[in-house]
Amino acid sequence: MMTLLAVPPQVLFGQLLLGLINGAFYALLSLGLAVIFGMLNVINFAHGAQYMMGAFGAWMLLEYFGIPFWGALFMVPILVGLTGIVIERLLLSRIANLDHIYGLLLTFGLALIIEGLFRQRFGISGLPYANPIPGGINLGFMFLPWFRGIIVLVSLVVCFGTWFVIEKTKLGSYLRAATENPDVVRAFGINVPLMITLTYGCGVALAGLAGVLAAPIYSVSPVMGSSLIIVVFAVVVIGGMGSILGSIVTGFGLGIVEGLTKVFYPEASATVIFVVMAIVLMIRPAGLFGTAR
Amino acid sequence: MPDASQTILSVKDLHSHYGESHILHGMTFDVPRGEVVTLLGRNGVGKTTTMRSIMGVVRQRRGSIVYDGTETIALAANQIARLGVAYCPEERAIFSSLNVTENLLLPPVVRPGGMTLEEVYELFPRLKERGNSQGTKLSGGEQQMLAIARILRTGAQLFLLDEPTEGLAPVIVHQIGEIVRTLKAKGYTVLLVEQNFHFAATVADRHYIVEHGQVIDMIARDEVAAKKSKIEEYLGV
Repeated sequence: MMTLLAVPPQVLFGQLLLGLINGAFYALLSLGLAVIFGMLNVINFAHGAQYMMGAFGAWMLLEYFGIPFWGALFMVPILVGLTGIVIERLLLSRIANLDHIYGLLLTFGLALIIEGLFRQRFGISGLPYANPIPGGINLGFMFLPWFRGIIVLVSLVVCFGTWFVIEKTKLGSYLRAATENPDVVRAFGINVPLMITLTYGCGVALAGLAGVLAAPIYSVSPVMGSSLIIVVFAVVVIGGMGSILGSIVTGFGLGIVEGLTKVFYPEASATVIFVVMAIVLMIRPAGLFGTAR
Repeated sequence: MPDASQTILSVKDLHSHYGESHILHGMTFDVPRGEVVTLLGRNGVGKTTTMRSIMGVVRQRRGSIVYDGTETIALAANQIARLGVAYCPEERAIFSSLNVTENLLLPPVVRPGGMTLEEVYELFPRLKERGNSQGTKLSGGEQQMLAIARILRTGAQLFLLDEPTEGLAPVIVHQIGEIVRTLKAKGYTVLLVEQNFHFAATVADRHYIVEHGQVIDMIARDEVAAKKSKIEEYLGV
């Protein structure tokens, strides 16, 4: 017990910040998965690859066109979202009436293809992307790099913006209703297939956005998505499949839990999320915020 | 045969399928503008499928469905709704993730001529009181009211009401009868699917008897008394 109390505050807060940053990515990615699952009933296994495309998008815009980070932050989610729209129109819409497992297999296959193409072109060693705002501020108890603070801020704003649109607006009421009963919503005169396509585009754009934010702090590599996505799926399961608020809260929460574990019992930090998942599934099989369907 | 401008909906030789099962076998009937028309028949003869085919929810359909001069057999449900057809499904389809007000305001206004929100609240004062409740927390009767109320704002001229009285207390059934009469008085057209003939007889101008996916007889309001025994035979009561 004495060693627990002897942790210096710099270490504690440093790991808390790292946990918060990881949580920012978990939240953005699991939010996209939740939005997609809710509307399309597809477990989007291509999400990690789409996140990786976001990071490469930022790298390519800088490298080939000289477009800096801030430009990429707006352009890349749109571009990656457009690839999502093409995928939905060409592929996912054709299996819309089939079991979950087909969507899962299709998107898993897509993930392998996308990763393979990037691996072929760029190798797997990873490419550097310069931190757009170096430096930081000394808060007394810890040092906060500007860019890391901005990641957390952007993630929070985007997550709660998405939550607000879905839960509090007219457009969101169409989305929620179409999630429950697409036939009836369509019979009210709403173009549900178009809504489904745009929803997938937006979910994929969120992955792209997370990728852009990740480019300066993780190395840009074709496998960056596949290593992250497993944890993100655990987050989604803990939060409750398809729950918007659940994915945001558990995303940040588990990031922090992971950070704290690194301080107090580093050996468990890689597995703690899966331990939490096992416990949650035993107590609440539908997840913390999920409802059985 | 009423003349074309007076017919708001004309269904001819309609065949519909769910996968392998062939449900409608050449349904043919007309709905005159401004009338209340019922489809009567036993369970499983294709009344609900007819409604879902008119609305375009059943995609596997052929034949002809002309609404207000437009052939809709090849149109998608959202396009048909935009022409001015509104649907109140049998299962009511109140959304549990929406509150009562959100449910009420969900269907977009597709044309002018619908009721204002004030008029809707005048007909259904309960819906105003319970605005913030979760849609599915309402009682069965209130949910049915909500399912009807939400399509009145849309400006649709033809309302498809699928078994609106099913499973409801007599006092609610009476209220729904009042609503149907109000709609008729305002000049709207109502196509009603009913199992409850006694209710249907109080509101409808004409009844089509459905059997095995076809219309086998038409009974006008003033013939009901004379043909009572025949109707009972059709409906198996």
